[in-house]
Amino acid sequence: MAQRIVVDPITRIEGHLRIDVEADNGRITRAWSSGQMWRGIEVILQGRDPRDAWLFTQRICGVCTTVHALASVRAVENALGLEIPMNAHYIRNLVQALHALHDHIVHFYILSALDWVDVVSALKADIGKTVRLADSLAEWPGNSFNRFREVQAKVQAIVDSGQLGPFANGYWGHPAMILPPEANLMAVSHYLEALDYQRKADQALAIISGKNPHIQNLSVGGVTAAINPDNEATLNTERLYWVKQLAEEVRGFIHNVYLPDVIAIGALYKDWLQYGAGVTNYLAVPDMILDTRGTKFDLPGGIIMNGDVRGARAFTSTDDPFFRDNVAECIARSWYSGDWTRHPYEEETVPDYTDFQDNGKYSWIKAPRFQGEPMQVGPLAQVMVGYGLGHKLTTRYVDDALSRVSTLAGARVDASVLHSTPGRHLARAIRAAMLSDLAIKHWQLLMDNIDRGDLAIYNKPTFPAGEQQGFGFHEAPRGTLSHWIVIRDGKIRNYQCVVPSTWNAGPRDSADKDGPYEASLVDNPIADPERPLEVLRTVHSFDPCIACAVHMLNPGGEEVSRVKVV
Amino acid sequence: MAEQLAGQKFKVSRRGFLKGCTLAATALGLSESMVPRLVEAAASPQRPPVVWLHFQECTGCTEALLRASHPDIGRLILDIISLDYHETVMAAAGHQAEKSLQDTIDRYNGKFICVVEGAIPTRDGGIYCKIGGRTAMDILAEVGPRAAAVISIGTCSSFGGIQAARPNPTGAVGVSELLSGPPIINIPGCPPNPISFLGTVLHYFTFKRLPRTDQMGRPLFAYGRKIHDHCERRAHFDEGRFVEQFGDDAHRRGYCLYKVGCRGPGTFSNCPAARFNDVDVWPVSVGHGCIGCTEPDFWDTMGPFYERLPGVSIPGSGGGIISDAETAGKTILGVTAAAIGIHAAFGIGKKLVGRKKDEE
Repeated sequence: MAQRIVVDPITRIEGHLRIDVEADNGRITRAWSSGQMWRGIEVILQGRDPRDAWLFTQRICGVCTTVHALASVRAVENALGLEIPMNAHYIRNLVQALHALHDHIVHFYILSALDWVDVVSALKADIGKTVRLADSLAEWPGNSFNRFREVQAKVQAIVDSGQLGPFANGYWGHPAMILPPEANLMAVSHYLEALDYQRKADQALAIISGKNPHIQNLSVGGVTAAINPDNEATLNTERLYWVKQLAEEVRGFIHNVYLPDVIAIGALYKDWLQYGAGVTNYLAVPDMILDTRGTKFDLPGGIIMNGDVRGARAFTSTDDPFFRDNVAECIARSWYSGDWTRHPYEEETVPDYTDFQDNGKYSWIKAPRFQGEPMQVGPLAQVMVGYGLGHKLTTRYVDDALSRVSTLAGARVDASVLHSTPGRHLARAIRAAMLSDLAIKHWQLLMDNIDRGDLAIYNKPTFPAGEQQGFGFHEAPRGTLSHWIVIRDGKIRNYQCVVPSTWNAGPRDSADKDGPYEASLVDNPIADPERPLEVLRTVHSFDPCIACAVHMLNPGGEEVSRVKVV
Repeated sequence: MAEQLAGQKFKVSRRGFLKGCTLAATALGLSESMVPRLVEAAASPQRPPVVWLHFQECTGCTEALLRASHPDIGRLILDIISLDYHETVMAAAGHQAEKSLQDTIDRYNGKFICVVEGAIPTRDGGIYCKIGGRTAMDILAEVGPRAAAVISIGTCSSFGGIQAARPNPTGAVGVSELLSGPPIINIPGCPPNPISFLGTVLHYFTFKRLPRTDQMGRPLFAYGRKIHDHCERRAHFDEGRFVEQFGDDAHRRGYCLYKVGCRGPGTFSNCPAARFNDVDVWPVSVGHGCIGCTEPDFWDTMGPFYERLPGVSIPGSGGGIISDAETAGKTILGVTAAAIGIHAAFGIGKKLVGRKKDEE
């Protein structure tokens, strides 16, 4: 008999998300993804100074801090045709890499590991066996007998106190939790260490950006972090070496803890490699820019349609019309008035709340489409596109990770297993490893440029009379982000953000095609409808961010419809 | 040997903890003799229960806590407080999560701390933010009055924040405009420095009362002075050495950022003293002016952010440099304070509890 399961709120994500599923005979047959908050940031931007937009848009999200800032300054620069100095690109690239390292570590350990790791089971672990398990996966000083014993005692103390805090009412002892106690103890220990390493990545980021969350070192035209090796109040050699040292420490954690943990969980949960593929159209944009014209990149981007990885098609510049002309958003199933599909420059949005309608409107999130199709975005999309295009760094990491999964699982797996719930986690860890290498590389590029005597960080923008349109894209930790701006006489006339979690968490469209979350849930098992852990596993694997996904409104928004809530 | 090393490791972290308490005591303006009481409060076996509500927000305030070092987030939630409801970190979801919330407010009625992150939308009956099928207004109305104290973390829950910027499409407001009853303290900032929040928490657990505040409900230990007062570039302001454009020679010499938009002369916060992320930085360190994010309605009153803040006398314009700057600060504060006075008066009597849903 079909059964309706509502998970509201979905926790351990940014923002307010509700997921409904119908299950029949222990399998999910249908799913709805619904964003539950709306703030209207874009209408607030109307009429303001385009130079200020990045400060506003960054506040769309404090988890994805930095990403809306970067996309925004790029959109304004694109509208003005303004190139920025190479130092500004390198500093922005470091912002991208360092923030992503923090973000991926936090996502795996703090936001999603508890779906796979049974904290209470760690109490039964044999410490000696835990050390041997950890040593078999990687060399890491934190994997010691005393460390594991200390962590086990800490878990015991919390359980004994009766105050479980954030671990209360978790799905402990759930039949879908299959890790041995030793793997659980190791993971809990790494959870606590992850808290330290995510902070180191933030510290490196703060040195070049003043603080975070919400960096304050950008400007339309470049960055404001003045470089001067002969001054104590600017970025000088001492400051820059501090960045490098922290980045190297974080790189060690990613290579020796995060990546091996994800490989192990992928192998131990190998039955899950068949679940969660959903939409296998992938979209990623190129990033880590290497020239002032925006035509060379250290991370590739492009599209894959219908899982045809070898048929990947690349985006070739920050102004590529193949990207610009093919993005649209549909509101047929979203709480906005109308049922149209429009290009971001042309969108008009009037909120129209109807409460949750299975066959009507049911979300504040819009449904973005590329050439009319839903696209999955995120680290998996980026890794798939890189793999399909033969990008060397991506290929090396993917092949190495798959071979290690194969060894641990005792069965040969190829890249097709990446189209899955654990595949999204593995791709994210691979992307983190790549970015930890690229952070060091771009730090060196910056130092080489300074060595050549280039201290330029800024080209002043000027706003001509009349109207300009521009877009800026950025491959954020959660995937492809694009900002679209229309400027008239130096003021913002229209502003739209098409955001990673909008691509992934969006509802159905006018053609009734499922969004990626929805498609990925279909056919997932449900062992216990009262405790739908499997739903959390698949939804969390996307790294949802709902503040980002729901943010839009246009001028007509003042005429909001009046709704009675019963 | 391994045992010894482990013992040392524990001692180091214990020392780090004491250092954290000492720093917190300093931040709070307490004498060193208070450190043992802070340590005792922070390590008390019965961890005080905390309920953390997220409304219209970006999670930046929670993320700021992830960056805190003294205490760090692990120590905070495992050793110091019992974080019984927090959507971003809790293991439970759906009705199990809602059960955690209900259990806590029933079991610790009148005794738990309620932290609010994010503004509350009031237009159209509050439909713009719903959790577990209920509006943010309803949840605050149920949980807020039963708390021992409410801490509004960030500018959004303190004053409405970015969603309340003109034209405020969702009718977003801060907590103090809706709630009366329990004491409320505001920790604004976008996001605030985690030290300002943690210092408040430790103060409350140590002395069983909230720290002293200014007329906007902000603790004096973190918001008692203008940015301008403790800025390391103040001497350049006083001497008339200004950056004219990002990237110019004056910018590379670390001169004053007032002319490229710094809001320091009109903003009350500890940023230059407390600094961020334990790497001794704040926005001015990376050549960008303050944007005034601890002030109410700063999105509307402080922008455009790259134009000079009006109403500040430039040194050399007569009357004595230092006194000019002081006067300027007071003038700006006077305006903000008056605006807040009206704001607060409007809030009194406008109680959330018992409000009709269709009321705006």
